[in-house]
This record gives sequence, C-alpha cells and structure tokens, in this order.
Amino acid sequence: MGKVIVVTSGKGGVGKTTSTASLGAALAQTGKNVVLIDFDVGLRNLDLVMGAERRVVFDLVNVAQENAKLSQALIRDKRINSLFLLPASQTRDKDALTEEGVGRVIAALREKFDYVICDSPAGIERGAQLAMRFADEAVIVTNPEVSSVRDSDRIIGLLDAKTVKAEKGETINKHILVTRYDAARAARGEMLSIEDVLEILSTPLLGIIPENQGVLRASNVGSPVTLHEPTNVAAKAYVEAARRLLGEKLPVALPTVEKKGFLDRILGRKAA
Amino acid sequence: MKLLELFKRRGSADEARERLQLLLAYERKNRDQPDLVAALREEIMAVIAKHVAVDEDKVKIAMDRGERVSTLEIDIEVPNGGLKKEKKAA
Ligand SMILES: Nc1ncnc2c1ncn2[C@@H]1O[C@H](COP(=O)(O)OP(=O)(O)OP(=O)(O)O)[C@@H](O)[C@H]1O
Ligand SMILES: [Mg+2]
Repeated sequence: MGKVIVVTSGKGGVGKTTSTASLGAALAQTGKNVVLIDFDVGLRNLDLVMGAERRVVFDLVNVAQENAKLSQALIRDKRINSLFLLPASQTRDKDALTEEGVGRVIAALREKFDYVICDSPAGIERGAQLAMRFADEAVIVTNPEVSSVRDSDRIIGLLDAKTVKAEKGETINKHILVTRYDAARAARGEMLSIEDVLEILSTPLLGIIPENQGVLRASNVGSPVTLHEPTNVAAKAYVEAARRLLGEKLPVALPTVEKKGFLDRILGRKAA
Repeated sequence: MKLLELFKRRGSADEARERLQLLLAYERKNRDQPDLVAALREEIMAVIAKHVAVDEDKVKIAMDRGERVSTLEIDIEVPNGGLKKEKKAA
C-alpha cells in the first residue's frame, strides 16, 4: 500500500508545484514508484513544470468521472521510468471533481505506487480540501514571511480536521518545507527565522530550499531542478528533503549566502 | 553561470518561449470545442469492439503534440482467437 502525501500551503505561489516535481523526482530516483497528481483543476501547471505538456491525453477529471482508464491517463516521465504524472483538467467547472471520484482514483493509485503525491491548488476551499482529503502525510510549503506562515497555520488546522485520517481520529503526519529562503536577507535580519517559523507552527522541519535561479531555469525547460541541475543548491536541498521523507535522519543545514563568481561580479549579475 | 552561456542567445528562456507558444496555440484552438483525441479514441475503440473483445486496460494511448503535426499512438493488445462470433442475421 502506497503512501499519499499532499503538498499544500494555503497561500499561492509559494512553491507547491515546484516542490511536488522535485520531491517526486528525487523519490523516484531512489527506485520508488511515484505518481504526481495535479489537483489544480482549471489551472494545471505541473505538466509544464515536468515537461509533459505535449503528451497530455486524459486527466484527473476524466478518470474520476470514469470517462477514461487510469492507465490511459498516466504519463510516464521520459527521464525516470518509475515516475508518472496524472494531469489536472483545464475545465472551468469547479465541481468537476467529487469526493467519491477522487477517492476511487487515489485508492487505485495506492495499489500501484509507493508514493502518491498530490499538488494542491492554493486557497483553503474545495479544491485544496479535496487534494488533502485522502492524505496520510502533508508537506506544508511555507515561505519565511508573515502571510505565508499565517496561511500555513490555517492549512494545518484543516489537515487536522477535514482529512479522512483526522476524522477517523488518527493523526496526519505533517512536515514544514521552507522554500524560497533568501540567505542574504536572512543575514540582514529581514526575514522570519526558521526557528520562528517552526515555533509558531509547532511542526517539524522537512527541509529548507534556498531561493535560486536554477529553479526558474529548470521550469523553463520543463524539468524538476533535481534532474536539470543536480549539483544546484536548491536541487540538493530537495534531494535531502526527499530522503527525510523516506525516514532518514539528516540534519538540516541553514543555507548560506552564495559567493558570486568572478565573471558574475564583473558583469553585475546575480549568482546563479 | 558558466562562461559558455555568455555566448548563447538567452539560454533556457528561449526554450520556455517555444514550449509556451506550442502549448498555447493548441489550447486556444481547443478551448471551446470537443477534444479531437477523445473523439478519435471513442470511435476507434467502437470499431475494434465490434470485432474483438478488448480489455480497456490493455489499450495504451500516447500523444505528442508537435509544431505542425501531432502524433497519436494507440496501442491495443488484441487477444488471439480470431473474430468475435457475429450473431447471424435473421
Ligand atoms: N526555490 C526557489 N527559487 C526561486 N524561484 C522559485 C523557488 N521555488 C519556486 N520558485 C518560483 O516561484 C514561482 C511559484 O512557484 P510554484 O508554481 O511552484 O508555486 P505554487 O505554490 O505551486 O503556486 P500556485 O499556488 O499558483 O499553485 C515559480 O515561478 C517558481 O519558479
Ligand atoms: Mg501550483
């Protein structure tokens, strides 16, 4: 039986889709069978970030409504053959997904995969609640700034109340993944510290992903950063976070300010 | 940033633009009309089902949308044993 993990945040644009792609790819590279589900119905993007946008035939809504077979909707990654994607639909109908439909799809995926990773839409409404509904674990993506931390707190409340696990009186395993961490701003004391974030949310830390241009370059070419630039600091941080998800006890290092290269300095460019 | 990248035009942004142009051209065209692939699949499946019993799970469908043409691959595992017995016309 596979594990279902929701990647969620409340606040938009904090890095859920980026994290779903990179954690998923990193888990799959350890040999696990992994499927990524895009729950952002109407605004799918995980296909683009994964570079599979030209290959979408069917989507989550088609499968949930039993208009297509699961096996026909899954897109196998061209780089890692144990990694699959179930894209979101582009329909504007907000009620296209029902709890029963999603439940059926997730139950079937649990049978076939070690990890089912659900990329939640932003917000705390129906879409976000459906994405978390059947989760065993949650990765709460948080940026070190006040509105993101506040939204994470609301999401934690929902995870503890509105998931099937919570309703059965079980606890859902939660992890904070701090993303877009800017070491330079942290050094100047302009950003909430990691300790502050963890203390406020009283939830354990899965990792700290630094703000890094490599993430953007990877999404430009349609690849998780862990595959596109494996030696990049953000990529390494994602690989370590994935290992912690697998249960390894790795210490979390605080990202440091990156030194700019000689050429970059002359040309006045940001460090890559 | 590698030295070589200085001599390239714009790096990954070019690739991003090309991917987006391709995708958006397709999405805009298809926004308000039924999906061609879905229609093709339905009809192809119906034709095959007339002759052999196929397990829908054994039908693989792959798509690759290109700039000028797209390819639709339908891979059907057809059980051996010949034609489905047709009912004799009365
Ligand atoms: N570590 C990072 N460094 C630099 N840019 C990043 C990083 N993480 C994410 N981004 C960028 O931030 C933007 C938003 O990321 P992403 O789409 O993953 O967020 P999201 O939470 O899924 O958004 P939404 O709520 O709209 O679904 C993207 O442009 C992405 O490339
Ligand atoms: Mg997203």
